[in-house]
Amino acid sequence: MSLRRLLAVWHARNLEFLRDRSTLVFNFLFPLALVIAFAVIFGGQPRPMFKVDVVAPEGSALDASLHPFLGTRYIDFVQIEAKDIESTIRKVERHQLDLLLDLRAAPQYWINEDSPKGYLVEKLLLETAGGAATRQPVSGAAVRYVDWLLPGILGMNMMFSCLFGVGYVVVRYRKSGFLRRLSATPLTAFEFGAAQVLSRLLLTVSVTSVIYGALALFIPFRNEGSVLLLLLIAIVGALSMIAFGFMMAARFASEELANGAINLASWPMMLLSGVWFSLEGAPNWLQQAAKVLPLTQMLDAARAVMLDGAGLGRVWPQLGWLAVMTLLFLGIAAAGFRWRAD
Amino acid sequence: MQMTMPPVLEVRDLVKQYPGVRAVDGVSFSMAEGQCLGLLGPNGAGKTTTVEMMEGVTQPTSGDVLYRGEPLGARFRAEAGIQFQKTSLQEFLTVRETLKLFTNLYPRRREVEDLIRTCALEQVADRDNRKLSGGQTQRLLLAIALANDPQVLFLDEPTTGLDPQARHNFWDLIRSIKAEGRTVLLTTHYMEEAYFLCDVVAIMDQGRIIAEGPPSRLLAEHFDDVVIELPREDFRGAPADFPLPVLVASDRVEISTGDVEGALRHLLERGVPLRQIRIRPRNLEDLFLELTGRELRT
Repeated sequence: MSLRRLLAVWHARNLEFLRDRSTLVFNFLFPLALVIAFAVIFGGQPRPMFKVDVVAPEGSALDASLHPFLGTRYIDFVQIEAKDIESTIRKVERHQLDLLLDLRAAPQYWINEDSPKGYLVEKLLLETAGGAATRQPVSGAAVRYVDWLLPGILGMNMMFSCLFGVGYVVVRYRKSGFLRRLSATPLTAFEFGAAQVLSRLLLTVSVTSVIYGALALFIPFRNEGSVLLLLLIAIVGALSMIAFGFMMAARFASEELANGAINLASWPMMLLSGVWFSLEGAPNWLQQAAKVLPLTQMLDAARAVMLDGAGLGRVWPQLGWLAVMTLLFLGIAAAGFRWRAD
Repeated sequence: MQMTMPPVLEVRDLVKQYPGVRAVDGVSFSMAEGQCLGLLGPNGAGKTTTVEMMEGVTQPTSGDVLYRGEPLGARFRAEAGIQFQKTSLQEFLTVRETLKLFTNLYPRRREVEDLIRTCALEQVADRDNRKLSGGQTQRLLLAIALANDPQVLFLDEPTTGLDPQARHNFWDLIRSIKAEGRTVLLTTHYMEEAYFLCDVVAIMDQGRIIAEGPPSRLLAEHFDDVVIELPREDFRGAPADFPLPVLVASDRVEISTGDVEGALRHLLERGVPLRQIRIRPRNLEDLFLELTGRELRT
């Protein structure tokens, strides 16, 4: 392992990226435009429907026989487990849920006093309940869609940058014969890989930080937690996705094939990792499956910090999982790495 | 003492089998310190495949490649300089930056400015390496091959595609590198290039070496005659009636003879004009034709 060889390849790759204007512009402008567009479209609009979560007694169905309020039309009633009450109260605080109703004993409910929808739903509840329910007021500012979406967009941009920036480039090097030329030098696969990973890590984290700063000027978005912790999440998350890209590029010699494979890997993350919408309403098995994806873990951690002000103590499971995946991907990549196209 | 030193490079029974094609079919030879060996042959003869197996970038199907008596390893990669026939370089880098990248990959290395001077790249040192002419690109690839101050240098068809001027400049460059005592393996399909640069040539055809030795010795072994060339339209009568062997090419006839005076007398008797006559010694191209019945450049 020679640091000088690693740095030589790292430096050359950085120069290549910075001088390739078209890629550079795409890396900056695409996410900026996307977040700004969503900020304009979804600005401060509330969600279109009343949502009420209900904790029901063991074995009962959610209908008017359990409580007359449940017969109200145009309200989305969702049954939850008693153990989820704590996390559901946080949703009420963030205006993601209009009301939480506990019917296991004497009815009690949680309501956000700052929420206009909460105010209306409370009226409806009290009318049907004849006033017989205990009020548990909470407070908290609404999480706008843009606050929720921003980590998703930044994460998605990082994902594309990591997967294509490493995967596509390594495949191009292999196809053009540049890798074969390097294989005739003392450079090792590990040094080459580490240089590519570190170069892309530096670039993607810098780009994301600049975009984060620029967006903070344009759109006052919510960040309840530590910016340094967010940076750590970005670094660990980017590493795992770069390693994933490197693994995809370990053998392919055709850009078209690599392009297809990377697209195939990135689309599930686009849809299932919670970039655009939460998977809360999806079947449980799908939610569990989505947790395997590195982007899911990174976004979970980033949103916990930005929306709930979580500290390192709450996001370390996600960070640990990302680190494990990074090592796994790099191990597979190193075992299967090919210098030559044939 | 001389006997105990292993050759710089040695290949034994090298075979490369591709699906349906035996690209290299049992090649063996060795190279002494400071020697320039030319692998000569037409396109598709197996030269590049042989060289790539010797460089360690292609795995042989069977056979051995030894560098100073040992299988190729870290020492070989550190001490060998390689100019591939086709290599694309990292994009968006200048000539100087490209050389800096490669010199930094080696434990022993030459100064970048020294390489630029040696390979006459001063004018283009700060130019993007994709914006070079053919000759400049070949000189950059040579400079990269020299980045580690190599003991053994591989040049795979280094002048293919260059104009005659650029080719002659490149030859001068290689001669000066040879003069520094490096061992050089050159592949080419230009026989004059092999003749001009190489101490020893190995002629390859269809994956095998069909002749090997110093060019002058090979020619002396196979020929004791010279070639008289005439424009085809100047030749009179049927070639078959001529008392000496006549080869009819597209634009000329070639008469091979050990007795130039006698041949000229026969021509004068037939009234052949001698204005454009050319008498030349046998060359490697003739040797290839003699050995295979085919022309070298087809």
